[in-house]
Amino acid sequence: MAKPGMDREARQGLTLIAPPFLYALAILAAPVLTILSYSFLTDGYLEVIGEFTFGNYIQVWSDPIVRAVLLRSLAVSAAVTVVTVLLAFPVAYYLSFVVKPERKSMWLFLITIPFWTSYLIRVFLWKVILGYNGVINSSLTGLGIIDQPLTFILYNVNSMVLTLAHAYAPFAILPIFVALEKIDRSLLEAGRDLGENRLMTFWRVTLPLAMPGVVAAVLIVFIPTIGDYVTPELIGGGKIPMIANLIQVQMLALDNRPLGSALAVTAMLVVAVVSLIFLWLNRRFLRVKQ
Amino acid sequence: MSGRSNGLRSYALLYLLFLYAPILLLPLFAFNSGTIIAFPLQGFTTDWFTQMWGNPTLRRALSNSLIIAVSASVMATCLGVFAARASTRFTFPGKGGIMGFIMLPMVLPEIIVAMSLLVVLLGLGVELSILTVILGHTLICMPYGIAILSTAFSSLDRSLEEAAYDLGETKWGAFRLITLPLVMPGIISSLLISFTISLDEFIIAFFLAGTEPTLPTYIFSQLRFPKQIPSIMALGTVLVALSILLLGIGEYFRRRGIARMGGKNGGGFL
Amino acid sequence: MIASRDQRPETARPMIECNEIQKYYGDYHALRGIDLVIREGEFFSLLGPSGCGKTTLLRTIAGFEGISSGAVLIDGKHMENVPANSRPTNMVFQSYAIFPHLTVAQNVAFGLRRDPRGKSEKAALVEEALAMVGLRGYGGRAAHALSGGQRQRVALARALILKPKVLLLDEPLSALDRKMREQMQVELIKLQRQVGITFVLVTHDQEEALVMSDRIAVMFDGEIAQLDEPETLYARPKDRRVADFIGVMNFLPAQITREADGIVSVDVPGLGPVELPESQVSRANPDDSGPVLGFRPETMTLLTPGQSSQHARETDVVIDEVVYYGDMTYYDLRLEDTQHTVRISMRNVFGRDVQSVGTKARVAWSPGSLVLFR
Repeated sequence: MAKPGMDREARQGLTLIAPPFLYALAILAAPVLTILSYSFLTDGYLEVIGEFTFGNYIQVWSDPIVRAVLLRSLAVSAAVTVVTVLLAFPVAYYLSFVVKPERKSMWLFLITIPFWTSYLIRVFLWKVILGYNGVINSSLTGLGIIDQPLTFILYNVNSMVLTLAHAYAPFAILPIFVALEKIDRSLLEAGRDLGENRLMTFWRVTLPLAMPGVVAAVLIVFIPTIGDYVTPELIGGGKIPMIANLIQVQMLALDNRPLGSALAVTAMLVVAVVSLIFLWLNRRFLRVKQ
Repeated sequence: MSGRSNGLRSYALLYLLFLYAPILLLPLFAFNSGTIIAFPLQGFTTDWFTQMWGNPTLRRALSNSLIIAVSASVMATCLGVFAARASTRFTFPGKGGIMGFIMLPMVLPEIIVAMSLLVVLLGLGVELSILTVILGHTLICMPYGIAILSTAFSSLDRSLEEAAYDLGETKWGAFRLITLPLVMPGIISSLLISFTISLDEFIIAFFLAGTEPTLPTYIFSQLRFPKQIPSIMALGTVLVALSILLLGIGEYFRRRGIARMGGKNGGGFL
Repeated sequence: MIASRDQRPETARPMIECNEIQKYYGDYHALRGIDLVIREGEFFSLLGPSGCGKTTLLRTIAGFEGISSGAVLIDGKHMENVPANSRPTNMVFQSYAIFPHLTVAQNVAFGLRRDPRGKSEKAALVEEALAMVGLRGYGGRAAHALSGGQRQRVALARALILKPKVLLLDEPLSALDRKMREQMQVELIKLQRQVGITFVLVTHDQEEALVMSDRIAVMFDGEIAQLDEPETLYARPKDRRVADFIGVMNFLPAQITREADGIVSVDVPGLGPVELPESQVSRANPDDSGPVLGFRPETMTLLTPGQSSQHARETDVVIDEVVYYGDMTYYDLRLEDTQHTVRISMRNVFGRDVQSVGTKARVAWSPGSLVLFR
């Protein structure tokens, strides 16, 4: 009798949220839990045997190839994240502090458009641009600047990093832009008023206040890149696989679902651990500043 | 001040060039008569577009992709309306956790979604078809739809619905006559964005479509054959033009929605 | 100008009855036993600071909020199972809640959707309602292009076209600027006289409540502290919180010396001994700081040098501060031989000069305008 209002509202809210929630439970949670349980089971020929084991994880974590691929995935993702965020920060800064308010939404629109156009074709075009007979090499040889095609941009980790940095650009710009927009402009004036120069104000006021946006950008770029499948296939020519490609091979080509599941769970764990580290760093950082 | 902002401006323009480089090259090669994708360009031709249009597999991929995109965007938007209304209007136990869980596909690597769904579907003996792709696409489009719809719902004055109810309407009547028309721009934006995402999605379609082609998986399969690449460039040009058109329409509706509510325009998508 | 207040007879039929209403939000006790009768045709205000429960009470009358216990009756009928869309009440919302995608006429006609009458008949009703609020000819305009004052009028027309038994107004003037607010106050009073419907107004603006209402219920912490006509509320606050909330009141510590035959004798430093009848004695403030004597700034008059009052008491003061407001001057006065300062207001009428700081002066006052809080 005491809280009929609360109960009614909670009931209505839960009724409304039920369809999308149940959908996500069925299509997302149930499969992910299945994978999790598979990863502790034993692989038989063409079937999964219901025997509990840590063997898959031991195999995954001790296999030098898996370890190399995992490390490569991490390294590529880290490089992509650093490059993307560093390239994106000045653009977000320009958008927030220099562009007139009425033109901001046009700039944001321009920045997001490429993101919505065919990912596959964009990735392929980078291959066209960077490849052995690609736009850059054929132009440079055609102009007589170089005799031999440049190879450091060819089907390797560098070209993967560049391609991915391009693909996730708006993901990095938007959160940083949002964080910069929230900064009270009078704080910056106050900083300058107290005799600090622009660089000091940027270092001591703007950057710390933009940090939440930077951390969001880092996470939002890092997480999808580590699971990217297309770029290694297309740009790397399948010769430098990342974790996603390895999962696919185990699951489908080799039909070892428990091992593939253990790989997938490992990948999720890595993503989760890295995300938590960043969130923790961000919180610590903010606390120190306050 | 001006020197600094000029430097930033040049950098921002260069960055835009970097963003648009692939898209700008696309039509160049689509209309280039040379069969090799390289400079210098040969001559102007529309053959690749003709060739593309005459390809039966591509037509099948197109119709599959359209069926998938329309179904997924409608389903994702319907589910999104429920979630957006629940999250902007009601408080209920576990709200943060439930909403976070529903939004999770936005940050989860797609390979995980695709693989785990594939394992379950195969385990259940479900035959892979465009239906299974629709299931997956609805899941990944839903968070984007919710993000857009939540903005539309939260800018809605709660007392509007109460006023309609107070004036004698039923709850459903108040929703249909007042809320629905006012969030309609958001619904249209959500449909368009979901459609664009689904049309472009590769990984889930690649693993869950079975033998059925969709546009991205068709493109992926053809990229191995150098002979096919010019017509893929033509297809890409059409797709990019279509995406930009849809986004333009989506943006128009989003802005009109904001203007109609008497609000100010704050930002773009996402 | 407004004629003298239309006094509703005490015998008028009750329109709204609230019996022992209790309302909880979780653990929060929002309404604590509200007992209230609002009469037919009355302009009634619920006044109080934000969070006092006045809007919650209004919304329970409208049917937007359920109650934990107690009963609401409208026109003698139990409202327990009557939802908001079937109650004989209509509401003007604080944000006006004008439907932005409809025209002015469509907004006003919204409540007539289920009305069986013909199209032309409805159009005539809409035009009549718009004329009543001074918006004749505005029907075709887009609602989102209206100014704040016009929205307010549309909201009124939209509610009144349904001829409700009660019109509920939730802070209807708070979004308007001062000039517009004062103009709308007058118009609302006229409108209420014209239609004769019971108006229930929620406001945190004491001036607004005093100007517009037949009766006012002052609320604090989910309870009604005092329910009275404006004059009584102003001159004889029953509670120190009410006295503090409505207008300005000076407080001086007092010592009770004798109580007999319905007369309380007190000694007030600076003013001397005063005898007060029970009608001028009220409850003390909750923090219980001992008895205090209160009076309004306009009840003391600063005498010009040489002037003397005929019937009133007089006290020596020193002028501490002078605040000039154009039509009025406020003086902070230190009562002689004490550290107590009081604020009084004087109208700057012809022949009365503004006096300067530091001057010694005399004030005249009457025990009849004092209130004792004990």
